Amino acid sequence: MSSNKKYWKSIEELSGDNSSMIETLKHKEFVQEIPVDEFLGDKSTLESSSTTRRDFLKYVGFSTAAASLAACEGPVIKSIPYVVQPEQIIPGVANYYATTIANGYDFASILVKTREGRPIKIENNNLAATNGSANARIYASVLDLYDSKRVAGPKKNGEESSWTEFDDDTAQKLNELKDSGKEIVLLTQTFASPSTSKLISEFKEKYGNVRHVVYDAISESAAIEAYQNKYGERGLPNYDFSKASTIVSVGADFLGDWQGGGFNPGYAKGRVPNHGKMSRHIQFESNLSLTGANADKRVPLTLSQQKNALGKLYGKITGISVSGKDLPTHIEEAVNNAASELLKAGSKGVLVTGIQDVNAQSVVIAINEKLGSKAFDSLTTINTRQGNDKAVTKLVTDMKAGTVGAIIMSGVNPMYTLPNASDFAEGLEKVELSVAFSMKEDETSSLAKYIAATPHYLESWGDTEILKGQFGLIQPTIRPLFDTKQFQDALLMWNGNDVTYHDYIKKNWEDNILNGSSWNQALHDGVFVGESKSIEEEIDDSVENIESINLNIDVAARTLASASSNGLELALYPKTGMGDGQQANNPWLQEFPDPITRASWDNYLTVSKADAEELGFKNENVANGGLNGSYADVTVEGITITVPVIIQPGQAKGSVGLSFGYGRTAGLKDEMKTGVNAYALYQNFNSTQNVTVNVASGTHEFACVQLHNTLMGRGDIIHETTLEVFNSKDHREWNPMPQVSKDHEMIDATSPDANLWDEFDRSIGHHFNLSIDLNACTGCGSCVIACHAENNVPVVGKIEVRRSRDMHWLRIDRYYSSEDTFDGDNNKKESAKGLFGETGIKDTLRSMESAAENPQVAFQPVMCQHCNHAPCETVCPVAATSHGRQGQNHMAYNRCVGTRYCANNCPYKVRRFNWFLYNGNDEFDFHMNDDLGRMVINPDVTVRSRGVMEKCSMCIQLTQKTILDAKRDGRAIKANEFETACSKACSSGAMRFGDINNKQDDIVALKDDDRAYHLLESVGTKPNVVYQTKVRNIKEV
Amino acid sequence: MQQVTNRNLTTRFLFLGLFFLITIPASLFAQDEDLVKGKALFNTNCAACHSLDKKLTGPALRGVEAKLSDEQGLDRDWIYAWIRNSSAVIKSGDAYAVKIYAEYNNAAMTPLPQLSDEDINNILAYTAQEKAAPVAGSEAITQTDEQSTSGISKELILGALAILFLLLAFGLYLVNKTLRRIAFANNIEVPVSEKTLWQAFVKNQFLILVVSIFFLLASAYFAFGYFMQLGIDQGYQPVQPIHFSHKIHAGDNKIDCKYCHSSARVSKTSGIPSLNVCMNCHKSIFEYNGETTAEYTKEYYDTEINKLYAAVGWDDAEQQYTGETQPVKWVRIHNLPDFVYYNHSQHVSVAGLECQTCHGPIEEMEEVYQYSPLTMVWCLDCHKKTNINTKGNEYYAKIHEQLSKNYGVDNFTVKENGGLECGKCHY
Repeated sequence: MSSNKKYWKSIEELSGDNSSMIETLKHKEFVQEIPVDEFLGDKSTLESSSTTRRDFLKYVGFSTAAASLAACEGPVIKSIPYVVQPEQIIPGVANYYATTIANGYDFASILVKTREGRPIKIENNNLAATNGSANARIYASVLDLYDSKRVAGPKKNGEESSWTEFDDDTAQKLNELKDSGKEIVLLTQTFASPSTSKLISEFKEKYGNVRHVVYDAISESAAIEAYQNKYGERGLPNYDFSKASTIVSVGADFLGDWQGGGFNPGYAKGRVPNHGKMSRHIQFESNLSLTGANADKRVPLTLSQQKNALGKLYGKITGISVSGKDLPTHIEEAVNNAASELLKAGSKGVLVTGIQDVNAQSVVIAINEKLGSKAFDSLTTINTRQGNDKAVTKLVTDMKAGTVGAIIMSGVNPMYTLPNASDFAEGLEKVELSVAFSMKEDETSSLAKYIAATPHYLESWGDTEILKGQFGLIQPTIRPLFDTKQFQDALLMWNGNDVTYHDYIKKNWEDNILNGSSWNQALHDGVFVGESKSIEEEIDDSVENIESINLNIDVAARTLASASSNGLELALYPKTGMGDGQQANNPWLQEFPDPITRASWDNYLTVSKADAEELGFKNENVANGGLNGSYADVTVEGITITVPVIIQPGQAKGSVGLSFGYGRTAGLKDEMKTGVNAYALYQNFNSTQNVTVNVASGTHEFACVQLHNTLMGRGDIIHETTLEVFNSKDHREWNPMPQVSKDHEMIDATSPDANLWDEFDRSIGHHFNLSIDLNACTGCGSCVIACHAENNVPVVGKIEVRRSRDMHWLRIDRYYSSEDTFDGDNNKKESAKGLFGETGIKDTLRSMESAAENPQVAFQPVMCQHCNHAPCETVCPVAATSHGRQGQNHMAYNRCVGTRYCANNCPYKVRRFNWFLYNGNDEFDFHMNDDLGRMVINPDVTVRSRGVMEKCSMCIQLTQKTILDAKRDGRAIKANEFETACSKACSSGAMRFGDINNKQDDIVALKDDDRAYHLLESVGTKPNVVYQTKVRNIKEV
Repeated sequence: MQQVTNRNLTTRFLFLGLFFLITIPASLFAQDEDLVKGKALFNTNCAACHSLDKKLTGPALRGVEAKLSDEQGLDRDWIYAWIRNSSAVIKSGDAYAVKIYAEYNNAAMTPLPQLSDEDINNILAYTAQEKAAPVAGSEAITQTDEQSTSGISKELILGALAILFLLLAFGLYLVNKTLRRIAFANNIEVPVSEKTLWQAFVKNQFLILVVSIFFLLASAYFAFGYFMQLGIDQGYQPVQPIHFSHKIHAGDNKIDCKYCHSSARVSKTSGIPSLNVCMNCHKSIFEYNGETTAEYTKEYYDTEINKLYAAVGWDDAEQQYTGETQPVKWVRIHNLPDFVYYNHSQHVSVAGLECQTCHGPIEEMEEVYQYSPLTMVWCLDCHKKTNINTKGNEYYAKIHEQLSKNYGVDNFTVKENGGLECGKCHY
């Protein structure tokens, strides 16, 4: 069929006037001339060239042939043994060293696993039960050692320098300043180190006009001051939540980083029902924190209301009349109940608060003293936060005034963490000598005259006194990777002391701490419990006495009770994964999903649903499977930052939350420059600010790993009950076994009659089970990072996480209830009738998709369930996944062809597919892309390649090692000897691993416990991971 | 094979020489016995620190008695006293004793009170021997002769065969020619086939089909065989930076494998010994005195020992470390893919396997090669047929008891204990 349609390409052509342009274009394929002449026109050059066309072809042919021939030969692998092998290193065998992390924010006694002399993993030091416990950041800190952005040597004015030059220059300058009488300032992190304190005292003695300012990025100054007012010395009281039967917290995220953190183990101990008893936990807070998510009763309220509540609590408990602002009735009621419960609990009650206010902190101390709380320990103080806000403020003023001659910084990054960073920068310029001891060329050190490259804590010597009288030693586990020098070694140099810091510590310990005990034993254990004769360093600041408050608690309580605020209140908080932000270049932590929001690679403004509707913020799941959110302009005292918004169930109306630790700009890879810097809003070191929030233009793309937030009434996923029911009824009632129909009769899903498969005899040899106690699990995420480190789990980056291609072998699902309780959800779903209409199942389910305003929260760690009847195994066309007799579901990566059938057939969705090659690939420029970062890889576990499926192996490399060790020693396996990375990392004891065929293992009882159930029991997969029903203590006493 | 024959010949020559030496004059016999005894005693008691001609931890001892009496005027009694308890001599303030003690870094000599006067006399007799003239040269010559003759014989055989075949071909040609001539003479027409063999083949479709099937199958077979051997390096025998002879160490000197590869007992890797382990012996073994061949002469081995000294930074003349080291880059022979977990200690310490089971006759290897294919089939074959030795290992006690109770099994193989499960080696 012919067409007489004419297609025209331009207006000119249509109009038909034969302009020259049409004619020209018709004969030209390209608009621009192809420069043929330029290449071929120069005849003389072409002719003079010695390479003819035939020669060229010969070369091409030869090089192709040579390349293909060379490829035929296998690679020659060189092996280079030690010349002199260190006595304690056996290639292939791991060595463990006890040390302590004390980076100014995280403090804990830890064990370091080293292979062939390089640290590859951090583990808990169980000898140090009282000395803090490791969290996700600490487990990830081993990767900071292999950070490719570390400074490799000292720098002077941005140029590479040498230590001799540094030593000479600084010593000379310091002596000049000593003579001139100008002030020398040491601005440091909290060291909590007896030897460092001693060193600094000596430094002060030598140079005279020295001021030591301790600076915590996230301040606990108010609590320290309150303690000082009461007990006369700076410190923080310690809490042992295992001794409390009633815990009331007003805004204290004590399962997070409140007052240094590390309270998980004690708290979890009291949360597991034991002889029908467990602790009761009431939380008053504005952001939904990890602690609030674990509470039995959570009351959302703004910060000013928290103050009111605390004031009233004081009145109720002491009987002194405290009137103040009226609170909404449900809060008022909750406060009254909390007071009566505390009173009833007496010495078994404890109250804590996170309000950054001396009055509030003092009131809490007074109430705990009044109760005689056993959980409250004012003697064994916590030393991990010693910062003094006022001293820092004064320092910045003095620097600007030009009275400071030298500033020596160690472990701090004020240019990032100070709200008035520009003032600090201005002051820094006026200081004659500025030295920054830093591992990075970060915001601050890049402005200092000298960068003194410091070693990572795994390369350093040191000591700590985390709790009063609980000493710890820091020892190097690897030779320094770079040309670095510790702050303390520099102090020794300046003091004119030519011993090494190691010798100095040893001497100090032998003289003052060990009291005759063995130094070697202390070094071996990493901890030493002694008597604190702390060489208290005089912090002789005049600032100390700026406001010495003679506090009257009653007045304080009344002040609190009448506190008020207008507008929205911003609550700044540290995120579980990022802390104060010093580990921002750590890809494990960036990709670590926040336990509450489940978003990674970001910080964001958390807004309550009501406020979001009012202000016009939106969150939506878009078609490509990602979560999108609006932006907000957040303004505090004229400073505005733009942050993405997440609508957070449980956020108190009238409050918004924003986390610290993000928005770093210097000393990290571009991929890690995520989020916004919330320190800009941290005015006066107060974590609560009055803010105005407005909608900003644009849509933010989140990398959130959980888009469906509610359980939809599927109580069989998380079994839970109340303590009352748990104590009074048969377990089949509150922990029901799913039923299946056989011959029209209902039978247990686990009964042999409901079994499709032939059973193997699993009673001989080992049979591993993992028990996860939903009561003890706080959702802290330590296990997630430990699993990363143990199993070489790759980091995939924000874009890939958004595409649901995250590789976490272990995830911690977080569920919100859509009614007030999960129980309510179940009832609502069951009561739905018909398909349509208001009570119809359609609308009921739709409404259950959104979480309640103040939901109940449940955490559930999910990894491969190692089903005895695994659905993945039956669908694999190449038998790459198969079952072992020891209960583990094996995954042979070399056999896998990547059909992903197994992932489709897995009811738990725990299998992860390697969409790309994540190591040595510039597209994924994380630690596995450089030689330094790859040093963290565990040599016992394969690094997976593109196109294979992977999943939790139940740490088969560890179980096999335990077996082999026993075989080699010719002994039976000891009780509870088997461990996995996650169970080892779990400081709350929620994860327990063991061999159910070994009757001495604790797992045997746990597996048959009344609370035990399997995930999706009705599917009949017979998993080897067993969960313990969550029990909530909701009855008000 | 060649070398082995040669070695036998050499030893035979040596024995012959020794026989002559021993049997010639009877008067020498007694002295020789002293020498033999003395040599044995020297090797057991002294050789760790002394050599005849070279300063080691202690001084060179050839002609020590003469030297002492000539230069220091010390008699045999002094030597008795020194050997039995040198520190006592030093304590007594003997000038020479103090001097020599200081000269050798204040390292006291191990006292040897068990040596009788006669023993010491024998040792002294041995040290008093004149240095023997080198005989290695003549030996080498005889060997080259040996080798050249055997080489010729092989070529001869091949040549003879070739000539034989040529003769045969020529004979056949002659026969054919003669027959044709006879036929022509008798007027018999030799039928000339119209079709050549090739044409006949092309016409016969059945044959073509069969042949092509055969070719396809055969090429598939060989292709499969070729691809299956990719990555299998059985027989791989790279040249190493230092010619380390396992034959000399593990074979001739019977050093236990695990003396050097000590981590095989406790670790997943057998471990390439660090150079300080070599120096445990090679501090005093500075030259090779064993059997040699034309290819591997004493000079050759001595050069290799010197390579070790260079690598570890040992100054042999001064008997001290210089501190300048050059780690040796060995070429790895046995190399499992990264996705396989193999643990030496499981096989060496727990199962009690001999190293030779997998690594072959290491003690006969001048240069090590990969003896086993190291394929999965090879691993599994062994796992299928090997019984686990549960005796005396408390770990297996419970499993064994349950098995014998429940199944009446007394022995079970690695396979039956889960040794074929994927995840046991792949994780």
